[in-house]
Amino acid sequence: MITADGVSFGYGRALVLDDVGLTVEPGQVVGLIGPNGSGKTTLLRTLYASLTPRAGLVTLDGRPLAGLEPRALARRLSVVAQEGAAELPLTVADTVLLGRSPHLATFQRPSRQDHRIAAAALTRVGVRHLADRVFAGLSGGEKQRVLIARALAQRADHLLLDEPTNHLDIRYQHEVLSLVRRLEVTTVVVLHDLNLAARYCDELVLLDGGTVAATGTPDAVLRPEVLEPVYEIGVHRIPTDDGVQLLFRPLDEQDPT
Amino acid sequence: MGLTTAVDTGPDPDDLDDDVDDDLDDDLDHAARRRSTALWIGGLTAGLLVTLVLAVGLGAVAISPATVARIVGHHLVGWPGEVSATSAEESIVWRVRLPRVVLGLLVGAGLAVCGVALQAMVRNLLADPYLLGVTSGASTGAAAAILFGLGAGFGENALSASAFLGALAASLAVFLVARAGGRITSLRLLMAGVAVGYALYAATSFLIFAADSAEGARSVLFWLLGSLGLARWSVPLAVVAVVVCLSVAALMVWGRKLDALAVGDETAHTLGVPPTRFRVRLLVVVALCVGAVVAASGGIGFIGLVIPHVARRFVGAAHGRVIPVAALIGAIFLVWADVAARTLLEPRELPIGIITALVGAPFLLILVRRFHATST
Repeated sequence: MITADGVSFGYGRALVLDDVGLTVEPGQVVGLIGPNGSGKTTLLRTLYASLTPRAGLVTLDGRPLAGLEPRALARRLSVVAQEGAAELPLTVADTVLLGRSPHLATFQRPSRQDHRIAAAALTRVGVRHLADRVFAGLSGGEKQRVLIARALAQRADHLLLDEPTNHLDIRYQHEVLSLVRRLEVTTVVVLHDLNLAARYCDELVLLDGGTVAATGTPDAVLRPEVLEPVYEIGVHRIPTDDGVQLLFRPLDEQDPT
Repeated sequence: MGLTTAVDTGPDPDDLDDDVDDDLDDDLDHAARRRSTALWIGGLTAGLLVTLVLAVGLGAVAISPATVARIVGHHLVGWPGEVSATSAEESIVWRVRLPRVVLGLLVGAGLAVCGVALQAMVRNLLADPYLLGVTSGASTGAAAAILFGLGAGFGENALSASAFLGALAASLAVFLVARAGGRITSLRLLMAGVAVGYALYAATSFLIFAADSAEGARSVLFWLLGSLGLARWSVPLAVVAVVVCLSVAALMVWGRKLDALAVGDETAHTLGVPPTRFRVRLLVVVALCVGAVVAASGGIGFIGLVIPHVARRFVGAAHGRVIPVAALIGAIFLVWADVAARTLLEPRELPIGIITALVGAPFLLILVRRFHATST
């Protein structure tokens, strides 16, 4: 379980997050949505202690994040973050094995069992055949799946993802999120695409200008009267036999009737 | 339709643990990976021993490897008890060449592993150990010692001591400048290193200008280009040995942390490696190691830049393997570069920095071309 209570964060005087709260029950998948600059990534970073909130408290299974030793935190919480391209030609196998490092003592080498866990994680996301390729040379979608494999190899029961569907074509967007869904670990995922959020999340938190504009089930949050003031775009809900789909159009083009 | 099939592939979540226990076959060729690393390290260690014996034998007076082995064995382990060599040969091997070869392998290993660490730390494959202003600091210290007799209190070790202190002072300055904003990022570290380096370069030039001594300027220049000529069994050599061995050991132990840091600060953090704290530790190790090495041998260039790339080509980029392999290759390469420096223009001795640059610069050009080919 992950909770954030009254979390504020800012650079200089401007607040990027202002009194934000969040509760993720065990096994739940919670989506963070909101327009660019609404504080989604910043909130996510406070959840894995990459940023220390100016005020408020973040807890993991009831324990304050600040009190957890870095490696202990890494054993319980894995993260798929956006990171600039690294130049170092690490292979995919080495990259995924890094996920085992929080479990290894300083003088310990990764054991055969660690290698098996890494292999299983690669198989799980369907990129076992890339094990000996250089990570930096992969396509965006392959990289994303390798990073998820690394998070899986970490064997933590909490998972945070920052826009894991970036750079993926539609099929892999669904594949990655349904994989996350089936892991049954406590998950927070930043998403841009509201239709993906509707399909794969149990709960949504809608951020707007650093505050929580709405929170609840996808059905409760993904409504025109909630979304339109935040995104400043016209929203149309279309019920289909496969759940609700959202359609968008600019507000100034809306039919005057 | 394609969508639903895509969604339903893959095993159930409950199977994950069973997968690992059942699928004994797939361990990413763990044994083969181990074996290949062990072979590289074993082979290079053998190569280093051969290098040692051959390099000691080569020079103005050639001495056969067998004689070299006997003399070294006699001095190290007391076997054989009697050496059938002339006392001149014995003196050349034991007093002149062996300390020089030993210093060479320490300097090569130290610069190579510090290069690896630096490249991971600032996340730039063109970084080298001199980036952090360490050499510039050592040069300023050495120039002050040569031209103005600084550090005379250290007696015959005045030059090494003041160069070492200069190196540490420069590292400290880089560290303080880089830390000014709170977090030490790779970019900040790079810029601080370049800025401090230029400032100290100006200081060294000013010292040479102010001293107004042609002889002194020549000594400083020679020192800047690097030489192992000062090597003998002495306290500074012992200091270099201890510092380099400890640095190599520390960096080997930190292999995985270096991997994580090389990927990115966020990644390092999420794998339980606090990036700023780890960078500070690395900075201390690299500053001490490069400081000690430069104080003993001057500013030998290109080793720290080029050897890490060679090592990566052999064993991949994971630092647990790269560090020991880079140390061994660096040691072998520098010892042979020194052999070339002292034999090519006999009886004159070339500054070793000229040799390493002659070999290293073309390599760097190839690297840059390759780099552009892959990044576009």
